[in-house]
Amino acid sequence: MKKKSFMEILTSNRFLQILLSILLGFLVGAIFLIIMGISVGDAYGKLVSSVTSVKGISYVIVYATAYIMTGLSVAFSFKTGVFNIGAEGQFVMGSMGAAVVGILFKDLPSAVLIPLCFLAAMIAGAVWGIIVGFLKTKWGINEVLAMIMFNWIAFYLSNFIAGIPAIHNDGSAEATKTISDNARTLLSPELRTKLDLAPTANWGILVGIAAMLIVWYIIEKTTLGYELKAVGANRFAAEYGGIGVNKSILTALAISGALAGLGGALQVMGMGGRISIFTGQEGYGFAGIVVALIGCSNPFGVLAAGLFYGALIYGGSKLTLVGAPTQLTSVIIGTVVFFIAISIIFERFKGGLRSRKNIALRKEMESLDKAKSPEENNKEEAVK
Amino acid sequence: MKDFVNSFGIILFAMLAYATPLIYAALGSCFSEMSGVVNIGIEGMMTAGAFTGTVMAYFTGSPWIGFLCGGLAGMFFGALHALATVRLGADQTIAGTAINMLGPGIVIMIARVLFDSTDTIPLTSDQSIPRLFKGVFDTSTVFGRFMDNVFATYASTYLVFAAVIIVWFVFYKTRFGLRLRACGEHPEACETLGINVLATRFKCVCMSGFLSGLGGACVTMTISNQFRPISIVGQGFIAIAAVIFGKFRPHGALVGCLLFGFCSGLKTVLGGSSGIDTQLISMIPYVVTVIVLILFVGRSRVPSASGKPYVKTR
Repeated sequence: MKKKSFMEILTSNRFLQILLSILLGFLVGAIFLIIMGISVGDAYGKLVSSVTSVKGISYVIVYATAYIMTGLSVAFSFKTGVFNIGAEGQFVMGSMGAAVVGILFKDLPSAVLIPLCFLAAMIAGAVWGIIVGFLKTKWGINEVLAMIMFNWIAFYLSNFIAGIPAIHNDGSAEATKTISDNARTLLSPELRTKLDLAPTANWGILVGIAAMLIVWYIIEKTTLGYELKAVGANRFAAEYGGIGVNKSILTALAISGALAGLGGALQVMGMGGRISIFTGQEGYGFAGIVVALIGCSNPFGVLAAGLFYGALIYGGSKLTLVGAPTQLTSVIIGTVVFFIAISIIFERFKGGLRSRKNIALRKEMESLDKAKSPEENNKEEAVK
Repeated sequence: MKDFVNSFGIILFAMLAYATPLIYAALGSCFSEMSGVVNIGIEGMMTAGAFTGTVMAYFTGSPWIGFLCGGLAGMFFGALHALATVRLGADQTIAGTAINMLGPGIVIMIARVLFDSTDTIPLTSDQSIPRLFKGVFDTSTVFGRFMDNVFATYASTYLVFAAVIIVWFVFYKTRFGLRLRACGEHPEACETLGINVLATRFKCVCMSGFLSGLGGACVTMTISNQFRPISIVGQGFIAIAAVIFGKFRPHGALVGCLLFGFCSGLKTVLGGSSGIDTQLISMIPYVVTVIVLILFVGRSRVPSASGKPYVKTR
């Protein structure tokens, strides 16, 4: 067997392309650091050291949980041909749903209250998704436009609910009451001090991993997933094949919304404990888009990308200690995403055919090959 | 009656102030979408424009040099988006998302270096965009105050209405406009007629960045006079929404932006006087947009080739 050259491996391996994009992201970050006259070693050293201690890792996991959930939500929507730019609103609704249940039913035992909070959050998120789906299927309203509107409606609705006397904080804080301890997903204090974990260390990540497995299962192993993917690939062909397109869009948005909503619940039950009155959008939905893109919309990829994103955000918050701006991480992540976007260029280098002319030729050849292959397969079978 | 006229004047003032940056950005979005490139990076380009405009006005003392530089900063990110999506065939949503992270990231980092803070130093009144016809109207009468609110507005607002007319003319009355619309509908057909699809799209995406940058500069160089990280919070996405609302036509987008601005103006007036919760009042622009969509606008047809990278064939 011929040994593959590095270029050949690079053009065929998505994982390597992403690793290379990440390297380039850090390289561009380093260039900015040099321009600003900040030691690259200090800044990146701080970034690495702050996320590699046990405490740091626990912080990263806590941060990453929400990003993984919104990432899964967006990734799921990508697979089904809808661009869920509304994960932000669904996340906000989910966290408020969980908080309201966690505050109003504070005397229920954990075993009942926690599932109830999860359920409330998933319903709230799913409803937010379904409304948009309904506007699309019933009146043909563009879903991107509707989602942008509903992100803001969720934002103000959450602020409104946070101001209701039964929910609002008794003290001076502009926030909701703190949710019941029975609704928190925190690890026990003994464990936290024994292992020297973050004060907000919680088991929410396990829910995230479970959600990841479920999403993978739905997409890859069920009829529902097959139908949703078919609608995503070509809705007209899917309709011709007897799949209810409108029903599929609604289902996809409901599941996507429920995932983002659950992310909101994990955030408030694990990390926050209460919801502040927002002054600006929190950006979990947009982080989800980035995470889904870095993770190639693959559930396992999203888990890794979510942890990476969480590490950069947490590590980035420590950068000011060495005099480097926190925004360095935005630049790094932005560059990574930019290179992932253009890594499609590698496709053009495949087989050493570099010019545009040859790409077109290649495409034609490929389609011919595809058309030919079933016959050949049949021939082979016949020979056997 | 007196109060009503007064309030109405204030609403219109707020409408124009709020809608102006949106209209610039929406015109930019029209350029890009019409030529077949989805530009979700408007927000990032606006942030770049907002920062650069303010900083250049601060250093040069001239609001107009600042305003232009704001546009150029947006154009830089527009060119970056065009490079990725048009030249290299990148996924347009992914590249736009990257721009949305890079734009704010880079400018806020520069702000840290220049001002040792994420905010810029506030502009003085002759460094920011002037209000035209200020003091022309007699504000002691009700009518005069109304006229003052509506017409003594920022020069950038007058400019944007001119820009809408120019863009409309370019789109529907010039050769370039016809070609750019054709590139968004059927690039292969354009190519067979000898139109350079890639070059046309590249120009349009750069133009999109330029107009978005101007829009961003409007935000920080008129009312607030200062760039802060929260200066651009979602205006870019609202502009995109306005374009979809207006079915990708510049005059339609104008209506979308004005409707949105009017509702925001309504919000400022109602917020003070009525007993309704301010958070609920703040929802008005978004809810009204959805309702108007359902009742009057309905289906919005996206240009056929939008979102698909074009690879030249021969």
